Amino acid sequence: MIDEPFAHGNSVIHRIDPRFKIVFACALSIATAVSYRFPTLFFALGLALLLVVASRLHMGTVLKKLLVVFSFLVLLWLVLPLTFEGEVFTRIGPLKITRPGLILSAQITLKSVSIVMMFIALVTTAGFVTIGHAMDRLGIPGKIVHLLLMSYRYIFVIEQEYQRLSRAVKIRGFVPGTNLHTYRTYAYLVGMIFVRAAERADQVYRAMRCRGFNGRFYCLADFPAHYRNWIFTGLMTTSFAVLLLLELTAFA
Amino acid sequence: MHISEGVLSGPVLVSGAVLAAAGTAVGLKKIDYDRIARVGILSASFFVASLIHVPIGPASIHLIMNGLVGLLLGWAAFPAILVALLLQGVFFQYGGITTLGVNTIIMALPAVICYHLCAPLLNKGRKVTLAAAFACGFCAVLFGAVIVGLALMFTEEGFLEVATLVVSAHIPVMIIEGLITAFTVVFLQKVQPSLLPAFNISSRRSTAAGKNNVEPHEPEAHKK
Repeated sequence: MIDEPFAHGNSVIHRIDPRFKIVFACALSIATAVSYRFPTLFFALGLALLLVVASRLHMGTVLKKLLVVFSFLVLLWLVLPLTFEGEVFTRIGPLKITRPGLILSAQITLKSVSIVMMFIALVTTAGFVTIGHAMDRLGIPGKIVHLLLMSYRYIFVIEQEYQRLSRAVKIRGFVPGTNLHTYRTYAYLVGMIFVRAAERADQVYRAMRCRGFNGRFYCLADFPAHYRNWIFTGLMTTSFAVLLLLELTAFA
Repeated sequence: MHISEGVLSGPVLVSGAVLAAAGTAVGLKKIDYDRIARVGILSASFFVASLIHVPIGPASIHLIMNGLVGLLLGWAAFPAILVALLLQGVFFQYGGITTLGVNTIIMALPAVICYHLCAPLLNKGRKVTLAAAFACGFCAVLFGAVIVGLALMFTEEGFLEVATLVVSAHIPVMIIEGLITAFTVVFLQKVQPSLLPAFNISSRRSTAAGKNNVEPHEPEAHKK
């Protein structure tokens, strides 16, 4: 259920230093999120597509991961053009579809697809542990990084715990339905997950103390310098500048 | 319960990020290094709980449980939820980078508010506990939905209909979250009351003293 299908690969993008990728993922997605002009948004979409292609990911999996976004967008296209006030574009029976509603829907579609694709290409190609170590090197507070790696380490354990508990209720003949019994069963299941998690946390903490944990979490990953990181930096800085220029020339 | 990428305007995204950073900073201040393992693993449980689908009529909804996380963690809910959202982003593409702040506020701020409102009522008898825990689960989703609505309204006034739709669509979710939070709290009170805050208030002194006797650690040495 929980997997990282993009973390392993041998494309150019996979080999770039994750610190650079994270920095540019932030910069480019923020620039895209605050843009409104269509030339900018199409440029962002093109760039995101290019990045996904360059990282040579399995396209089917990428599309499957984008399904969450698409399902939200379908809902958006159903609601926004009908509810938004403004100049009427066309009428279907008693319903009126407004031009500003359509424009806004199109903008949101372009933005969300590009931002999520940038995230897939630049962040999820690194693997979670590497992301944590890169964040540590980028100066993110040590506690957050520690928390992040700790949670990542234990989601798989706790997910197994959950599977075990749900097998146990199934074997006892539990069939979920819309009734209080179902909700109570799920509540006890969740409660049990939290109880086991807390017990495990105490064990883990004691084990950490035994091994000399003194409050500092050391990230030993080391990111070697390579000229391709700087080529990537050059390309991405140029793209960032183009994004800004396309957006700002409208007001000139 | 989250807002997708590309919907909100720059100022809303920035204010969300700033507020989330402030909340996380407060939360991190409250986590000693001896609690970090617990917060991390509870954050993982919160992540897993959000994978559980509960039937409601013909459809099903997934649990959110931010009220319960608030009860168990207090201010530490902020960093815990931030981390869980980042994990969700990487695994399921529920969101990217720009909405991380706003989405953290949507879940964590109600969690902290409900913690302060409901935690003092948890050791006042079975009926009050049930009611308080229900209110905690219910309001955590309600406040979250209201924050979603506000974020949309501040972005674009034309989002009024969408915002009302979001809040009203969450009413069944609120009821179910309330029920499940209430049952979970009652369960925890029977099985492991030390997890709940009400227990800690009455017995904090004794356990804190006991802990110091068993493992004398140097809290100052932990800071860098």
